[in-house]
Amino acid sequence: MLLIHCPYCEEMREEEEFSPAGQAHIVRPLDPEVLSDEEWARYLFFRKNPRGLHHEMWLHTHGCRKYFNVTRNTVTYQIMESYKMGQQPSVTASEKGQS
Amino acid sequence: MTQVNRVAAAANQHINRNRPLTFIFNGKTYQGYEGDTIASALLANGVDVIGRSFKYSRPRGIITCDSQEPNAIFQVGSTQATTIPNPRATQTELYQGLTASSTNGWPNVDFDLMAGLGKIGGAMMPPGFYYKTFMYPQSLWMSYEKLIRKGAGLGCSPQQPDPDEYDKMHHHCDVMIVGAGPAGLAAALAAAETGARVIISDEQNEFGGHLLCSTQAIDGQLPSLWVKDIVDKLTTMGNVLLLPRSTVFGYYDHNLVGINERRTDHLGEHVTTSSRQRVHKVRAKQVILATGAHERPLVYGNNDVPGCMLANAVSTYINRYGVVPGNELVLMTTNDNAYKTAIDWHQAGRKVVAIVDTRTTSNGELVQQAQALGIKVLFGQGVINVKGSKRVKGVEVAAINAENHSVSSAISHYSCDTVASSGGWSPVIHLSSHTGSRPVWNDDIAGFVPGETVQQQHICGGLSGVYALSNVISDGFKTGSTAAQDAGKGDGSYASILPLINDPQEDPAMALFHIPHSKPTSRAPKQFVDYQNDVTAAGIELANREGFESIEHVKRYTALGFGTDQGKLGNINGMAITAKSLNKTIPETGTTIFRPMYTPTTFGALAGADVKHLFDPARFSAMHKWHLDNGAEFEDVGQWKRPWYFAKTGETMQQALERECLATRNSVGILDASTLGKIDIQGKDAREFLNRIYTNPWSKLAVGKCRYGVMCKEDGMVFDDGVTACLGENRFIMTTTTGGAAGVLQWLELWHQTEWPELEVYFSTVTDHWSTMTISGPNSRKVLEKICDVDVSNDNFRYMDWIEATVAGVKARIFRISFTGELSFEINVQANYGMHTWQAVMAAGQEFDITPYGTETMHILRAEKGFIIVGQDTDGSVTPQDLDMDWVVGKKKEFSFIGKRSWTRFDNKRDDRKQMVGLKPKDPKFVLPEGAQIVFEKDQPIPMTMVGHVTSSYYSACMGYSFALAVVKGGISRKGQSVFLPLSDGTTVEAEICSPVFYDPKGDRQNV
Amino acid sequence: MSNSINMESPLHHAQLDDLVGQSGDGGVILHEAKFLGHLNLRGNSQDPEFLAGIKEVLGVELPLSACSSAKGERAQIMWLAPDEWLIVVASGTEHDVEKKLRLCLKGHFAVSDISGAQTILELSGINVIDLLKKSTGYDLHLDSFPIGKVIGTNFAKAGAHILRLEKNKFQLVVRRSFSDYIWLWIQQGSKEYGLTIT
Repeated sequence: MLLIHCPYCEEMREEEEFSPAGQAHIVRPLDPEVLSDEEWARYLFFRKNPRGLHHEMWLHTHGCRKYFNVTRNTVTYQIMESYKMGQQPSVTASEKGQS
Repeated sequence: MTQVNRVAAAANQHINRNRPLTFIFNGKTYQGYEGDTIASALLANGVDVIGRSFKYSRPRGIITCDSQEPNAIFQVGSTQATTIPNPRATQTELYQGLTASSTNGWPNVDFDLMAGLGKIGGAMMPPGFYYKTFMYPQSLWMSYEKLIRKGAGLGCSPQQPDPDEYDKMHHHCDVMIVGAGPAGLAAALAAAETGARVIISDEQNEFGGHLLCSTQAIDGQLPSLWVKDIVDKLTTMGNVLLLPRSTVFGYYDHNLVGINERRTDHLGEHVTTSSRQRVHKVRAKQVILATGAHERPLVYGNNDVPGCMLANAVSTYINRYGVVPGNELVLMTTNDNAYKTAIDWHQAGRKVVAIVDTRTTSNGELVQQAQALGIKVLFGQGVINVKGSKRVKGVEVAAINAENHSVSSAISHYSCDTVASSGGWSPVIHLSSHTGSRPVWNDDIAGFVPGETVQQQHICGGLSGVYALSNVISDGFKTGSTAAQDAGKGDGSYASILPLINDPQEDPAMALFHIPHSKPTSRAPKQFVDYQNDVTAAGIELANREGFESIEHVKRYTALGFGTDQGKLGNINGMAITAKSLNKTIPETGTTIFRPMYTPTTFGALAGADVKHLFDPARFSAMHKWHLDNGAEFEDVGQWKRPWYFAKTGETMQQALERECLATRNSVGILDASTLGKIDIQGKDAREFLNRIYTNPWSKLAVGKCRYGVMCKEDGMVFDDGVTACLGENRFIMTTTTGGAAGVLQWLELWHQTEWPELEVYFSTVTDHWSTMTISGPNSRKVLEKICDVDVSNDNFRYMDWIEATVAGVKARIFRISFTGELSFEINVQANYGMHTWQAVMAAGQEFDITPYGTETMHILRAEKGFIIVGQDTDGSVTPQDLDMDWVVGKKKEFSFIGKRSWTRFDNKRDDRKQMVGLKPKDPKFVLPEGAQIVFEKDQPIPMTMVGHVTSSYYSACMGYSFALAVVKGGISRKGQSVFLPLSDGTTVEAEICSPVFYDPKGDRQNV
Repeated sequence: MSNSINMESPLHHAQLDDLVGQSGDGGVILHEAKFLGHLNLRGNSQDPEFLAGIKEVLGVELPLSACSSAKGERAQIMWLAPDEWLIVVASGTEHDVEKKLRLCLKGHFAVSDISGAQTILELSGINVIDLLKKSTGYDLHLDSFPIGKVIGTNFAKAGAHILRLEKNKFQLVVRRSFSDYIWLWIQQGSKEYGLTIT
């Protein structure tokens, strides 16, 4: 069970207060209608599955009901940081020399 | 029976001789004392054989005094409700009347039919035996398995419900200390003195760990006095939680520690004063593992004959319990430390036949002490074989050459009834492994210690390979203060002064695991490595020869470490034998990883109080009591309990449904619809937001109007539907399905928070605020008129309008919407008035015989109208077009709303997609089973080509025939055609594809 | 049937009134603060006009820091999220307060009457912390959960907002439909300490 920092409640909370909400930083294409099926499918279905740092969204379901981002190491389960929606991560895989 | 092995009281003993307890083992009555474990009491009574081995059915005795025990695993308890399978007798405290029996040994431990198999089993049951023998024919495996399991005896599950209660507690602390031996206690004291919040737990009934069986003086006094002093200090501090009888079963991510506290197990079989066990979930800033070390046995011929024990276990039984488990001892050791056992035995007044030391020499203090007591010491030799079957009768001793694994002298025979062995100590690394940390080999102690970790973890004492008591305690102080400092408490220093301890000077130990025999291992007497699974040295070598070289493969092929003891006793020896046979070092061979649970944990403890009526929250509407009082049967919809139907006395369900349906179609029915999700949507961009989320347009919905809407996920598939009403220019109330309520709110928030934060709109759930009652049927208006202060005539209150009114004196919102196809009014009142209003409606409806109906009648009536239920008629792979609901798709909306783009994806444009249709069975009385598969041709070879399935199916009392909704490939253009449904009973029925709207296709009834 | 209008709180069926005084000395004391006015407020905490409007209507400053609460004579306000608050007012005044808020607040905001949607359970007693430790994973130590703090968290398998009123006194805001489950849970969890209803 993880201990997750909610950037809105501004403190650590137990994992059971949260729900995972998938990969972070996926932007909906501004004009879906001009995309090819393949481009659209890439947005719809393709997700990263890295061994190492992963940016993912969580929802503070039982707390403030806000979505936010978490950078988590998928091997060690360490959480490097959590940050608000709309912000960019300060810890990234490339910085750490990981792919 | 007398306690033949109980010796005179000594000062350090932890049993209460004033409180004798009787207990029953395998049907015989024995006596022990308070403070005994079942194991110590059995040894006191001279019971040698306590079970039979798993595979060879050999007689087995108690080997250890702790969680390592592989043999003394019992069935404890006298009833089918309270019986506990497989606790370790070495860790089960005695209570008055305790009843236990062997789990292995069928039909009984002294006379075992299976032993016949075991005697010739050497050749017959090599590792992989089950794989090799029972592979073919596969069809017989089930029968083989039953026999094997019966023979093996893995304990019996209780056949009756558990009468005990369990619970859980959450804790937070600065420093969590696992293990209350000398290191853990010292660490706890040092940490607690900084003011840190400290929790210390230990699996034993008393704190003290190794000191409970030690005679080594601390400050010139018994070690138990030092323990008492520390425990007293900790108890009075106020910032320390002490948890004895509390096993840390798991160490999880982010420093979460799972502890099972046995609160009443030691008091009796079923005690009602408190929960039986309590799981503590501790979230610690810093964790100190002070789990100590387990002694390692040596692997030698027939080392499983009862009477063969661990050296330290022998000392523990003598010093802690006052039990000397035999008369004549031979001790085999690779180290000085185990000499204590021979000294303890000698001082208890019984005979030490010899100490067999595998080293060529040692001049340590303990060695000198033993020799001074006149004990014979044989250097450079080993016990290569044990004589006896149900009890050790003697040993064969010879000079050994560890280098080339051979015996280098003639064999000498010694008579004895007990063989204690010590191959050194293995740190208890299990918990650090739980979080993924790889153990590393430490040559100095010839054992694995915890490796690198990402946890906020500290290790101290025996676990880190520090064994001398003075070092252990000072390591504890240091680690405790460091951990507290890391948790933000104190400056890393500690006040306690190291007590005066005289650690005996010890000569180096020998890294030896497997004692050679004069014959090659494969032909030598069985040398057991893992007792619980009957894995022998020969078996491991055979596995290696057969190509299993990875330690993980060896483990799985031989079952090494697969027992309930998780290989605590045998793993290191098994790895050492593998390493030797592959000509590798132990670190090269590696170790398997331990996982939770550290020791088996009962399901009851893990379930806690979340059982029976507390297993899952049951949600109720404000009118639930009325439903109960009026004979409702309930259906689970999500966590809600919804009335399913209201049976009158003597009615079958079908009769009740027919009555409810007819009453609603012909007069008036009432449904509790409070469970539908309701979301209050406010803000100037609310309309635009709805346009983006729903498939249909919302720009022109006027205040006072309602509209049905469908939501899709971005992949174009329907995921919820409901009616949304315009309350004001910038305010809407959205209804969702009962099960979808939470998911829809999250969905709205997701899009708003992540993609369109610029839209000014807020969502708040008001599901629980409103009680909703739907009155439906031609007389529903007449009922409403009686209790409503507003003109609800068709001229004044149109279909798909909503109004604010007073109903039965209560402020209400009334929506004129219909899910039955009848004239319907959905009355919403603040939930505190729900029951009041419901009763008023029922009273007003009495003259029209108003009939309460449940979800099943609702399902039938809506299906007659061809209205879908999301989740029943859809399954996440159905588009609005598949449902023939293109009318709910906005064609002119500017924004490419959620789901739209996906409908033009290649796969979603296929014309052979499964589409929703109606089905009329040829036999009008036959109700098609929901889920039945549909085929176009009935005479096909199996497997047939399935083209769809039935999603909803009922008998319609109103129409007088059965009907169904289904999805069929290309079904919309197949209306009028026949399809076939091969059923599970072998029959095939025919049905005709038709429109899904069976009743009142023009929709006149709802518009009156 | 009389013309009087009967209100039923979410725990009406538990007949707590009949249990008052039945058992003294419980380590856990439970009281349902029923029929209070509950309003859900949404708005922009950066907007001074919004804040001023709240102060004007409720007579108390909107609590802006995470997990904080405020109490005035007319209203108690709990922070639920950076843009969401729960306003608790006297029984029956919720309509007036809602009306006044709609009148006085400018810009983008939302108010929803949720008085029927939830109830407040006051828990106190010498064992109240023990009961809460069985029910939520949140750290109840005064350092992390000081008086006046409010948190949204799990309560057993339901959710709740928990506000600390005193060292050993808490308010639980629970949803109507979950209230029976929570009542059953509290009974089970407090069995070993004794439960007193007030």
